[in-house]
Amino acid sequence: MTYPILWIVVAGLLLLSFFKDRAKTKKALMMALKQFSNLLSVLIGLVLFLGMARSLIDPALIGRLIGPESGVLGVAGGLIIGSIMLIPGFVAFPLAAGFLEIGAGYPQVAGFIAALMSVGVSTAPLELKYFGVRLTVLRNLLCLLTAIVFVLVIWWRGI
Amino acid sequence: MNLLKKYKYAVLFSLCLLGLYIGWPEKGFSAAMISLKDARMILTVLPPVLLLIGLFDVWVPRETVIRYMGAKSGVRGLIFAFILGAMAAGPLFVAFPIAAMLASKGARLANILFFIGIWSTAKLPMLLFEISFMGKEFTFIHVSVGIIMFLAGSFVLEKVVPETTIDTLQSMVGRK
Repeated sequence: MTYPILWIVVAGLLLLSFFKDRAKTKKALMMALKQFSNLLSVLIGLVLFLGMARSLIDPALIGRLIGPESGVLGVAGGLIIGSIMLIPGFVAFPLAAGFLEIGAGYPQVAGFIAALMSVGVSTAPLELKYFGVRLTVLRNLLCLLTAIVFVLVIWWRGI
Repeated sequence: MNLLKKYKYAVLFSLCLLGLYIGWPEKGFSAAMISLKDARMILTVLPPVLLLIGLFDVWVPRETVIRYMGAKSGVRGLIFAFILGAMAAGPLFVAFPIAAMLASKGARLANILFFIGIWSTAKLPMLLFEISFMGKEFTFIHVSVGIIMFLAGSFVLEKVVPETTIDTLQSMVGRK
């Protein structure tokens, strides 16, 4: 994975920075710590909420909800579930491929995936802190609209 | 009291989890396991990104960011936003602190929003993953629609949000 590389690169840069200027490096470290504690309070709640949601929602049920006969309602279902959930990509794509295998339709899965990656209802408390109410709402709506356009193209192409 | 207010979500959902565990031990246990796994994932990606942001703040001059991503950066600003977003690692909310840093250094809001959009939909490591599970055509359409929509949408959003938005974003950088 890319993460060990990220750690090594950052450690190297920190070391380099430390040798060039200790005061600056200390400032950078303090800043990272401050941001971390800023994020921590919301992240703990978020992680707990998503753990419960994913344990309680049966994947097979989602698969049936967005099945090939589900039509527009299935697309709406996929968009809504994708908007609310936050699932790491390396879990989400195998999951989506699994939905297709058990008979879900491509447009419905497309709506689910696109919304999942860009719309963040469960991360909204965090986003609000950074973007304020107006931009948070509009950004998420833009992403939802983008997901709908994506679904329409997939539908029209008949994948 | 302040601490309790800050951690209200954490406390609320801890109690929910406890309730779930008592009422339905099997689901409570699996929920806790999923949460632990997610927490581990976040702890692998968030600290290095935050350290990078800190280093960026002390070593990269404001003028540089303004030149490459500021109000007058034009197409170059969008290209830089695209490259930054495509190189991304981690879930979308990791991009928010980066957005705050870029804003505090004078990057244009439209460029920041385009960066966030690319991060969400077209980050390179995830793209390879998407192709292998969903196929080339699906991925190609997903990414193209995303790029076009986010490109247009970033400028529209920049126009319609209140001017205080960029100040809110800048204040989240945690420099003090």
